Amino acid sequence: MKAVVWQGINRVQVENVPDPEILQPTDAIVRVTATAICGSDLHLVDGYVPSMVHGDILGHEFMGEVVEVGPEVRDVRPGDRVVVPFPISCGKCWYCQHGLTSLCDNSNPNPKLAEALWGYSGSGLYGYSHITGGYAGGQAQFARTVYADQNLYKVPEGLTDEQVLFLTDILPTGYMGAENCNIHPGDVVAVFGCGPVGLFGIMSAFVLGAGRVIAIDRFPERLDLARKLGAETLNYEEDAVFERLKEMTGGRGPDSVMDAVGLESHAGGPGGVADAVKQTTRVLESDRPHALRAAIMACRKGGTVSVPGVYGGLADKIPVGAFMNKGLTMRTGQTHVHRYLDTLTGHIERGEVDPTVIITHRLGIDEAPHAYDIFKHKHDGCIKCILDPWADPKDHAPTKAP
Amino acid sequence: MAQTTANGTEVSPQNSSPAERLLFGGLGVGLILLSLRQRGNSGVFLGTSGALLLSGAAMGRSVGSALTQVRRTEDDQIAVARAVTIGKSVDELYTFWRDFENLPRFMDHLESVKVQGGDGRRSHWVAKAPAGTTVEWDAEITEDEPGRRIAWRSLEGATVPNEGHVEFRPAPGDWGTEIHVSLTYRPPGGTLGAVVARLLGEEPGAQVGEDLRRLKRLLEVGQEPTTEGQPSARKGVMKAEAKMYDNRRTT
Ligand SMILES: [Zn+2]
Ligand SMILES: [Zn+2]
Repeated sequence: MKAVVWQGINRVQVENVPDPEILQPTDAIVRVTATAICGSDLHLVDGYVPSMVHGDILGHEFMGEVVEVGPEVRDVRPGDRVVVPFPISCGKCWYCQHGLTSLCDNSNPNPKLAEALWGYSGSGLYGYSHITGGYAGGQAQFARTVYADQNLYKVPEGLTDEQVLFLTDILPTGYMGAENCNIHPGDVVAVFGCGPVGLFGIMSAFVLGAGRVIAIDRFPERLDLARKLGAETLNYEEDAVFERLKEMTGGRGPDSVMDAVGLESHAGGPGGVADAVKQTTRVLESDRPHALRAAIMACRKGGTVSVPGVYGGLADKIPVGAFMNKGLTMRTGQTHVHRYLDTLTGHIERGEVDPTVIITHRLGIDEAPHAYDIFKHKHDGCIKCILDPWADPKDHAPTKAP
Repeated sequence: MAQTTANGTEVSPQNSSPAERLLFGGLGVGLILLSLRQRGNSGVFLGTSGALLLSGAAMGRSVGSALTQVRRTEDDQIAVARAVTIGKSVDELYTFWRDFENLPRFMDHLESVKVQGGDGRRSHWVAKAPAGTTVEWDAEITEDEPGRRIAWRSLEGATVPNEGHVEFRPAPGDWGTEIHVSLTYRPPGGTLGAVVARLLGEEPGAQVGEDLRRLKRLLEVGQEPTTEGQPSARKGVMKAEAKMYDNRRTT
């Protein structure tokens, strides 16, 4: 089968690899009909999440049709159309039973690596480095999925792939980011980053009762989309963000601030340069936390900072004095995708949330290197790119790797 | 990371501090990542060094002492204590453990335990040793409080005199049961002793921790997760690199 493969830092290729097989009785094989490239994939491609190995198949946002199930799979049958949540739940441990599926105790085959870096291990994740289990990803024609009964979510009749694909990650991630904002009706929420997660965070903040959302980014097409979703916008290359946020909120500051940027934030000035230099060593500092710093500073006293953005390791100069003295609350985590699926599917079915608005590019799997390139550099107005693993390569011009 | 065991012996199953682990782990990750940008031998060398540092950090061992031998207590015993919380009742866990023939299902170094006699208090243990050989001994249960505690000890003549106990304590809320395990053993001198010590004791704390994790996964889920046999586009030396990361073999 064809698969998108990590071949080293900034090297993504499409290769022919063996088809996946049922390895354990609770596995299912999914014929992937749609998959997406995520901002978190860029952290892997850029080499900021450790423990990727040459040849790893990428991709944690994928859906498709079940074609084979192991002998212990009960609830899922061949022919079912399913989305695959990116965190892997065993369904049996305390965390899974309490809806905290991204913290599953049992699904990471390599927990010692995670424990060395983070103290404890979270769940296994698809296509997301050996720290999170080393599972092959779903940017491929077929994917092995594990604990099928606990994880594969059957898509209701009448919804298209594009409507439900983002249930695998970014839609619940934006929603949990908004939920973690602890929104009271009428609250002002600021969102740093108008990528896919930030945009879904804006949508979700309104769904959860926010009165105003202020979105911060630098790319005009993203800011346009944020405005279409009802947000007021700030361009951080043109506006003094902290001063403007303060002024727009009567000097109080936003009630909650979401960091939907994560470890590769862009910032000028000496601080941003120092982060960038240290991060190139991958040792002195693994994460560039500019958006997190800004979120902590901008939040009103007693407010809530929500961090759906991905961080991997160590970050310097977090303004912990501001955090403490302002009495802030911070809430974060990899998304517990499973707990949001019914709610969000309902919103989609009733037309209250339209996830397809963020799709700007639809490409064949052979064009994955090009897709990574335009998504990473935001060329060609790229906000979100989805891949068809079965597109005829003759329909697409070959393109070079990023 | 020092631990005090039931009989008061101080041991340190891990000999590097969290800060040291983070530093070496970071260095290891950095070297691996640098290696990915190098071609040929220098890349392999950097990658290997990085993987060594990272795995040392992961296992809580500083690189220097990883190359040396086992750390022992002052009276030459090795003692470890580890705990895990499992979402099963005290009675289920006690019953599972009380049948010692279940132990090799999650204790990786054990090949078999055969319970002898009617009351099930005596047992014959076979442990795996290097090059396909085995080490065997007999043991007896010395304390048995149903639903609370089991203690055992090897009988006279064991190559590696050892004893252990396990306690089952109800965990708060709906967490299930805490299992606390303590093991003490005295590796003999000589070559066999060194071999056995390496087998059982090079990282006894980590080994017991891994055993308990396997027990949890066995009882909660029924199986260990694995990626062994899944597709990838790995070639040559990269397969070895992946194996260094993965607890279980990955192809
Ligand atoms: Zn994603
Ligand atoms: Zn679980």
